Order: sequence, then structure tokens, then C-alpha cells
Amino acid sequence: MAEVTYLEAIREALVEEMDRDENVFCMGEDIGAYGGAFKVTEGLLARFGESRVIDTPISEIGIVGAAAGAGHMGMRPVVEMQFIDFIANAYDILTNYVATARYRAFLPCPMVVRGPSGGYVRGGPFHSQNPEAGFIHTPGLKVVYPATAEDAKGLMKAAIRDDDCVLFFEHKYLYRRIKAEMPAGDHIVPIGKARVAREGKDVSIITYAAPVWKALEAADVVEKEDGLSVEVIDLRSLAPLDDDAIFATVRKTNRVLVLHEDTRTGGIAGEITARINESCFEWLDAPVLRVTAHDIPLPYAPQLEDFVLPQTSDIVRAVRRLAGY
Amino acid sequence: MANKKGGGKREGGSGTALIGNGRRSAATKAESPDSRFPISDSPRPSAGLTRDQKLDLYYWMRLTRTLEERLVALYRQTKVVGGLFRSLGQEADAVGSAFALERRDVLSPLIRNLGSMLVKGATPLEILRQYMAKGDSPTRGRELNIHFGDTDRGFIGQISPLGDMVPVMAGVTLTFRMRRQDRVGLVYVGDGATSTGAFHEGINFAAVQRLPLVVIVENNGYAYSTPIEKQTAARQFVDKAIGYGIPGAQADGNDVLAVYDVTRQAVDHARAGGGVTLIELMTYRRKGHAEHDNQSYVPAGEIDRWAAENDPINRYLGVIRESLGATEAEIAGIDARVAAEVDAATDEAERSPPPQPLDALVGVYADPPGERPLWFREGSDRAVDVNERAEGWGTWSSRTGSA
Repeated sequence: MAEVTYLEAIREALVEEMDRDENVFCMGEDIGAYGGAFKVTEGLLARFGESRVIDTPISEIGIVGAAAGAGHMGMRPVVEMQFIDFIANAYDILTNYVATARYRAFLPCPMVVRGPSGGYVRGGPFHSQNPEAGFIHTPGLKVVYPATAEDAKGLMKAAIRDDDCVLFFEHKYLYRRIKAEMPAGDHIVPIGKARVAREGKDVSIITYAAPVWKALEAADVVEKEDGLSVEVIDLRSLAPLDDDAIFATVRKTNRVLVLHEDTRTGGIAGEITARINESCFEWLDAPVLRVTAHDIPLPYAPQLEDFVLPQTSDIVRAVRRLAGY
Repeated sequence: MANKKGGGKREGGSGTALIGNGRRSAATKAESPDSRFPISDSPRPSAGLTRDQKLDLYYWMRLTRTLEERLVALYRQTKVVGGLFRSLGQEADAVGSAFALERRDVLSPLIRNLGSMLVKGATPLEILRQYMAKGDSPTRGRELNIHFGDTDRGFIGQISPLGDMVPVMAGVTLTFRMRRQDRVGLVYVGDGATSTGAFHEGINFAAVQRLPLVVIVENNGYAYSTPIEKQTAARQFVDKAIGYGIPGAQADGNDVLAVYDVTRQAVDHARAGGGVTLIELMTYRRKGHAEHDNQSYVPAGEIDRWAAENDPINRYLGVIRESLGATEAEIAGIDARVAAEVDAATDEAERSPPPQPLDALVGVYADPPGERPLWFREGSDRAVDVNERAEGWGTWSSRTGSA
């Protein structure tokens, strides 16, 4: 089988699930005739028609709210945020309405909210964000953020079949930069399960999305230059977090770096660090360190963006500091 | 035009078409001297209601009011745990509109639509248990007041952020259309909610898609303490229909038959594939936002005037006495039936148990919780074993099962 990109893998998942289940449909801005700003939904309109591939007004509240209503009635909508930055417009309806629906009213919201996320693409403050932390804080939502093409497909299929709302963050830097051969058959990656992206014994890097690839680069560097063996954990799911995988790597290497592209304060790294502190304190030989973006809006100019976002050299420095304890 | 409000006057041609004719319609004389706005007077769907149905309208309005009066008594006894929201003076607007739906249709109520929910099958016992935060309330003590729903009976519970139910009901009715079901949705908003982004995005999306949805704006004069003059520069809320390219209609919200007529026409229009209609029902909120609100912001005499001159139940009593020939004994019989039902429901609700604390931990997700229990909080590690129920929790059913 031919290799497909991360972006094509997402599209494959959409097509397979829409073929499999007539309750699955797509809504979003410019997703029909145009195929979406990044062409994730290209070809879907021709294949499924405009009743199942719905071009909407520019209305994130309207789109997400309508998905919830359709979900209550047994549909499985997949809605696109043209850029995930715009999910902020739907924050109320996602956190107040969707996230609470099952708990307060026994109303199912089997829906996926997906969209291009993340930086390293010179997108500036409103086309580069990583707003996942605001949603993992909300009980009732699930959050996934794949780093590989295989996981992009398998997690999308799992998200569509999930009986709750799943926020599906797609890293736009990875859309066309990585490729993989898709596993044969009905490829599902379960939500809530992390992946060991690289085995190691000296230091662990816990991360997700595009920084997984930076962590792997850094692991190569310190292996070559310092003889260090680095384990890289790709979380894949951020809500729920795979505590077992996190604690297993802590117990294995006793030195942990948590890495994410999101800003530092209130980011997921803080939560992971707290869980390690509560459950694995005796296993630590060094403080848990964080490598994250600086706490500022993401600027546009390459010199500025590169300075703000985590780079391989930052990771190398942090790993060396951990190894020094 | 930059300062429309400067004109001060709220009269003249509305520029808004009545349902069905698609054109500007001349204002017709309202039936009631209290009606500020006319409704389309021919044909009147209410002419097709049977005598029993017309008496049912009185029953539902009386049940709404009596049940709320009981809740006030319980509130004063501190048996209502949270706030109490009245629909005093708005019973006709809630009951008349919900009565225009078929059983298969779905509505989403607002805080003053207790009457709509009763018509759709909510029971006084459920309402009382909700307000009293009982463990066997429809939400098992998780939500307040009339915030609950049941898709089987055709009502979807509201949430407190206003306007959100408009896009949600757009999605409900989108499903009706995708599945080619002969069903209509009805969503209520207040005058205040028309200012929200959710209202705008929801009604616009539904209008573009020509979904079978009726949007009712209940103009009761106030959003909490804010009068409509501070809510909108539009001369009237129904004018907003023009901007969405949909028909708009106004009716006297305190005339239950007028409410039924205008809603039924919009429902029929939606069912026939005509798309969304915006209805503005003119009414008045005689109690505060909630029971704690002393209404200090209301001009002196305003509430008393509405109570004396434009009470929807008193007005309808006049109608059923005159046009239906209802006898005093007949009316007293309905009142007695309502009182007995509310008494029985109160007794049963008072006997209901409170929720078990561990019950709080389950039911967030369809799957059993993935979160680790707080091990130092006694018993929480057993919460799922104790409380997770295969039937009713995390399933497609909206049923909550028995206590």
C-alpha cells in the first residue's frame, strides 16, 4: 500500500466512517466545494452530497451547537474549525453545553470538533494556537492530538465512534510533512492510550503532536553526543491522560521532561508534573522539568516565532540538565 | 437613522410580513385593547380546536400557576434548595405555543416555560423533585429548577447561558430534515437572549438551511432588570426576522388562542418546508427575575396594572365562559383537579430521598470514568461499582430509571 500523509490519513478516516455509518456527516466553513482551507475534506462533497457535507456560515457557536443538537438525535457530526484558534468562539457552547450534556441531562453528544492547530508555520497569533489546555480542564470533553499519520487516521475513526464529544487537534505543520503506510483493515487507535515513540532508559520525554518529532531529534543528538538513552512518550490523548504510561516511564528512567508547544502557565505539563508528584515521587531522581513556549502570544516573524516555540536545542539542554542529577 | 431610538415612538408599519404571504402586511386591529400588536386573523387554526382542547388550555395554564404557587410555599419553607423562577402572567405564552406542536415535535424551553414543559409531558412531581434537589429528580440532583429534558417526550433541557439552545435546536431540526422526518422544532428565547451571539448564529444557520424551526421571542419587558430599550435599538424584536430573510410574526402573548394561532401557523409553515419563522410574543413578567428579586427597577403601578387588566388566565376564563359556555362548576372542577394533582405530587416529592454523594462521580462520559479516584476521600474508589448503572447511565436513552 502506498504511503499517505497525515492530512490524507484524516481524510481516509472521514471517508471510511461516512461510508460505514450514514449518521456521520461533516459541517464547517468552506469544507464543501472548496474542500476546506487545508483541503482535508477535498472530494467529500462529490462523494457524499451536500446533505452530508455542509458548508456553513462563519459561525463557530452555530456549528458546534448544531452538532450537539444533531448528536442528541443520534447523528455523529464531524465539524471543522477552519483554524483551531477559532474554537475560542465556541468555548461557551463546548464547555457549558456540550461537556455537561450527558451529566446534567443524559443527552449524548457523539461529535468530533476538529481543526488545524499549532505553530512552526509562520501563521502569527491567530493561525498557530494550541488551545488544548483550556479543554482538558473541562470534565465531559475528550481531547486527542496525534503526531503520526497512522494515529491521525486511527484516532479520527475512534473519535467518530466515541459516544462523547472529542476535540481532535490536527497539527498543521505535520499535514504534508510526514507520511506513513496505513495499517490494513479497520484501523482504530483507542482514545486514552499513549505510545512509546522511542524506547530509552536514562531520561523520559513526555510530549505530543509536532514536538514528538523534535523530541526524537533531540534524542538522536544526546545519544550521539552524550551517550544518553532517551525514551519518548507520545501521549496521543490528552483527555483522558494515560496515567499508566506516564507512571511506567517515570519508574523506568526516573528523570522526566514534559514538553509541549503550548504556553507554559496553566499548560498540560503542569498537570502531568502534579500527577507524577502525587504518584511517583519516590521514583524521581531529579525534578520534573518543562520545555514549553514562552507565555506570550505567538508572533509572526520567523526570528520571533522560532525563539518563542520549543526547539530541538532547548530539549537537548533540558535533557542534559536532567542527566546531570 | 443613526439613532433610531431618538425617535422614541414604537409604532407604524413594521416592515415584517405575517406568515405565509411573504409580503409587507398592513397592521390589523388587535382583538384585545391590551394587545399592542396584531396577529393574522384568518384563518385562525384555533377555530379547529375542540371544546375539550380549549378547556385543556385552561387546565395547563391553571396547573402552571398552581404548581408555581406551591413552589413559592415550599421556597418559603426553605425546601426549594436554589432559586425559584416564576412565569406569573406568562402562562398563556408557554401553554398556547407548546399546544401547537404534535407529540413527535421537539421544543426547548426557557426558564419561564414551565407551562410548555407540562404540555409536553413533564410532570409536577418531576418539577417539585428538581426544585427540591431530590435524588430521584430527573437530573438526580445535578441540575436546578426546570433545567431538564426528555427527548422521548420531546423537550430538551435548557442551560443558563442564554441563546445557546437556538443553535442546538438548529441541529435537532437539521437531523429531522436529513432523516426526512415529519417533525418540527420550537425554541424559546427571551428579549435579552436576542442580543447574544448564539441566538444570531443559530437562527442565521437555521434560516440559511431552511430548517423546520420556530423561534419564539418572549418579550416580557425585562431581562433580569434590563428593560428592552437597553437591550436593542430595534423598534421591535420581530424586525430582526427581516435581517435573517425569514417570516416574522407578532402576537398578544397573553391571549392563549392568539399564541396558539400564530405558533400553529409557523409550525405548519415549517412542516411544509417553508423554513424558520421568528415569532415575538408580547407579554409581561409580573415577578422578578427570580423570587429574590424585589423589582425595584419597575415603574410604580406597572405590575399592578398588568395583573388587573391583562392576566392571561382571567382573560381566558372570560373566553371559555362566553364562547364555550363553561359553567362555574366545570371551571371549579378543573381547579380542584389541578389542586389535587399538585397536592399529591408535593406529598410524594417530600418523601423522595436526597441524592447519595457518590452519585456525583458517575455519568460524565459514556465510558466508565477514566479519572483516578481521590483516594483520600472516603469511598470514592467504589463510586463506579456502587453507582454506575448499566441501564440509563451513559446510554442513548434519556430515561433516568426509577429511584
